[in-house]
Amino acid sequence: MRDNTQTPEAQVANTSKISAKNVQVYYGDNHAIKDVNVEIEDKTVTAFIGPSGCGKSTFLRCINRMNDTIDICRVEGNILIDGEDVYDPAVDPVQLRAKVGMVFQKPNPFPKSIYDNVAYGPRIHGLARNKGELDEIVERALRRGAIWDEVKDRLQAPGTGLSGGQQQRLCIARAVATEPEVLLMDEPCSALDPIATAQVEELIDELRQNYSVVIVTHSMQQAARVSQRTAFFHLGNLVEFGDTDKIFTTPEDPRTESYITGRIG
Amino acid sequence: MTDIPNPMASQANPRGASLLRQDARTAKRNRAESRFKAYGIIAIGIGMLMLVILLSTIISRGTGAFQQTYLSLDVTLDAARLDKNGNRDIEEIKKVSTFGYKPLLVNAFEDLVASGAVESGLAPSDMSDILSKGAEARMRDAVLADPDLIGQTVSFDFLASGRVDGYLKGRVTRESIVNDKNINVAQLDLVDQMMNAGVLEKKFNVSFITGADSSDARPEAAGMGVSMVGSLTMMLVVLVLALPIGVAASIYLEEFAPKNWITDIIEVNISNLAAVPSIVFGILGLAVFINYMHLPNSAPLVGGLVLTLMTLPTIIISTRASLKSVPPSIRDAALGVGASKMQSVFHHVLPLAAPGILTGTIIGLAQALGETAPLLLIGMVGFIASNGPDSVGSALLSPNSAMPAQIYEWAKRADPAFYERAWGGIIILLVFLITMNFIAVMLRRRFERRW
Repeated sequence: MRDNTQTPEAQVANTSKISAKNVQVYYGDNHAIKDVNVEIEDKTVTAFIGPSGCGKSTFLRCINRMNDTIDICRVEGNILIDGEDVYDPAVDPVQLRAKVGMVFQKPNPFPKSIYDNVAYGPRIHGLARNKGELDEIVERALRRGAIWDEVKDRLQAPGTGLSGGQQQRLCIARAVATEPEVLLMDEPCSALDPIATAQVEELIDELRQNYSVVIVTHSMQQAARVSQRTAFFHLGNLVEFGDTDKIFTTPEDPRTESYITGRIG
Repeated sequence: MTDIPNPMASQANPRGASLLRQDARTAKRNRAESRFKAYGIIAIGIGMLMLVILLSTIISRGTGAFQQTYLSLDVTLDAARLDKNGNRDIEEIKKVSTFGYKPLLVNAFEDLVASGAVESGLAPSDMSDILSKGAEARMRDAVLADPDLIGQTVSFDFLASGRVDGYLKGRVTRESIVNDKNINVAQLDLVDQMMNAGVLEKKFNVSFITGADSSDARPEAAGMGVSMVGSLTMMLVVLVLALPIGVAASIYLEEFAPKNWITDIIEVNISNLAAVPSIVFGILGLAVFINYMHLPNSAPLVGGLVLTLMTLPTIIISTRASLKSVPPSIRDAALGVGASKMQSVFHHVLPLAAPGILTGTIIGLAQALGETAPLLLIGMVGFIASNGPDSVGSALLSPNSAMPAQIYEWAKRADPAFYERAWGGIIILLVFLITMNFIAVMLRRRFERRW
């Protein structure tokens, strides 16, 4: 287990980044998320755990409005990032997603070169004024994605030709290339083997210095390893939310205890 | 659960039965499988046989059209007949009609007999009947193009008449011409002598590929060239209109349009339109483009518009299918880095769907290329003997035919010489279709990406 306790400096820096208030999500008539209130801190890894179908991915996708692409999905309540409601009619989801990056369950690099995969975001957002700047951004992102050393000699090779773990780190590099403030990760290691998982987890720990990271995971060990705060979801309810140490050692709710001890889920 | 014995299983495969011997059920299943495989092989075999018969028939009957009999004859372009005043004034030379060139031809045959190359009891004017009726016009065109030829002896390659050509190709025989007014046995004797003398020979027929249609009396001069231009012009119109409209419509319907009962109705109707008989599109074109919009009759522009309407459903259906086949994870990835909906479609989804779109488009174009029925109604099936158009504008607006319409036109005519040309035309049409399909395969290979 890595260092889960926060250093005093970190605690000072930690302010609320995302604040969800009374969030309800409906898929048609199905009430998928029930009255969730959560405060996600800056420069912290927050893990969402819970059994399948408990709504943790749904809630994650509400934060950057990826659920907008689903016609029957309806969101009520407020999700505030730095005090601004992301569901305000004035908010353009495209701008929001530049600020809130996302890494998906299955590595999904574009069928383009490694370079173009990373450069795509900065290009469409106009982050680079010339080729040199773009090269720098790509290198910085690939370094942050901890994949630079493996791909620096073949930036023009197709991103789809990498191994699964490399692809996922490429996707992380792609997500950080647009300089987001929040990074959402939806089960980023579920398609990876243990070695690649370890690499990605190490990376998540490093990313904490710059971003607020929210990670959905099926693996309680993973949540315990990488996160400082953990939220336990069950049947669309946020059952318990608190410091990871506390959730895994002295949970308050009996459902949390049943889940982490393997009796449900 | 698993240790409860299944009564059905124990019946079919009793415990302790040998694995080396098939039980009755297994044998039955295996027989059914090999029967099914045999049906498949028989079906493929029949299909291949049909294809072989089709291709061999087309090639054996159609290749004749690419060969044509020519007679090379030295003609003295007599200045006394063509330019009486001797001043080489082009306007005066133009006044001499093709009728005035006939005596020159007769003289040329007289000279040929006098030289001893051939001998025949025929009158020289009867001898000249073995030539195409366009021979005089051929001389006149040459003289008008270059008046300095007058007074010289010029060697011309004249087309032989359709009957003579048929005689050399075995289509016309001495028995079959007993009641034929266009040729007689004495003329065929002359043809044999000329063959031996080497002045009459079969050559590759360039004008079949480049030339225009001709009247019933001159099957030897008929060509596909002008109708090919018509078909190509229409294909251009179809490509320029149907591809962008079809792709844009599919992208809108697939990626942007809300899913409600209106889009459902549109979707069902597009599928139905693909099955509407093409002649209905012809009537639509007649009603809308010609009767209402007053575009010219028989124009490739109108033909292209009609074929565009006909091709659109094919393109839309195949484009939507290939858009659907792009994995949603690619869309998520693009949206996730902050691309707008339109950027995700145009930067990522469309390039991945391109091979499918191109294949669908070329299949639609090939279908349109072979379509005759709608052209019937807008007047593009007919006798077009003009020269090829001289500009893109006139190619679009002046009356023309299309390759399948030209083939249909020839197949309708009585003279077997035209029948041969219909088969030859089908070879050209097939070459076009195979080329298009080949391009489709190449494009597919080129654009195909894996993910």
